[in-house]
Amino acid sequence: MSKLVSLICGIIFGIGLVISEMINPTKVLGFLNLFGDWDPSLAFVMLGALIISSPFFHLFKNNKKPIFTERFSYSHNKEINKNLIIGSSLFGAGWGLIGLCPGPAIASLALFNINSAVFVIAMFVGFYLVKLSDLRTQAR
Amino acid sequence: MNIINFTPISAFLGGTIIGLSVIIFFILNGRMIGISGIASNFLNEKKNRIDNFLFLLGLILGPLICKFYTKQQINISISSSLILLILAGLLVGIGTRISGGCTSGHGISGIGRFSLRSIIATITFMVVGILTVFIKNII
Repeated sequence: MSKLVSLICGIIFGIGLVISEMINPTKVLGFLNLFGDWDPSLAFVMLGALIISSPFFHLFKNNKKPIFTERFSYSHNKEINKNLIIGSSLFGAGWGLIGLCPGPAIASLALFNINSAVFVIAMFVGFYLVKLSDLRTQAR
Repeated sequence: MNIINFTPISAFLGGTIIGLSVIIFFILNGRMIGISGIASNFLNEKKNRIDNFLFLLGLILGPLICKFYTKQQINISISSSLILLILAGLLVGIGTRISGGCTSGHGISGIGRFSLRSIIATITFMVVGILTVFIKNII
């Protein structure tokens, strides 16, 4: 069942990205263009998502287990360190250059856009490079 | 600052749909949605690989289903500069893995459970994103 849930959640998420228009980099760049012609829409997307999800996190997080899997598994990392700031800054720079973050980038593959495909491939290369450097650090 | 192209209703509605996906995934599968995490774990980890693959497949099917039912084209415009696309993709891939999350993982799942770490991450990538666009507009 968890597999079907994964597929359906992906579909719902993708539909949300289309309706909110966050799949379109122009809308995202409009939000980041705070000092020019500003489009505040993205803030309303986050607000909508948080209003729906946040109360339920707090209601269900103390439950013994989720419905279709054995245990809740998510990051309990509370560390605020150099990596958090450096990583978020690199991400912010990449986000501002094109207006794509991982969700909309992958969802936009549905539109057979060659530019978003190039971006997604480069993003996966990035994922792999970090994994590679993690493995090297561990091996030392 | 001028406000343009502001679509608060569709943005809010789309946001609630994204929130619905996040909360269903949490209650049923026990995981928090972060797309960079799901995508990179699909690539790098054996654990939950099929689940992660199906989620990503759904993410691509979502827009196709929208198109099918609304009979409307989804118009997007993306920069076509090869160098910028590759650079930005690498930065997003590397950055989200170093910081452990992106707009969904830190911005929605993390902030939703009041994680200070995620709040700081979100403020950081938004400020740097805004600065990047600002600098890009000057050049």
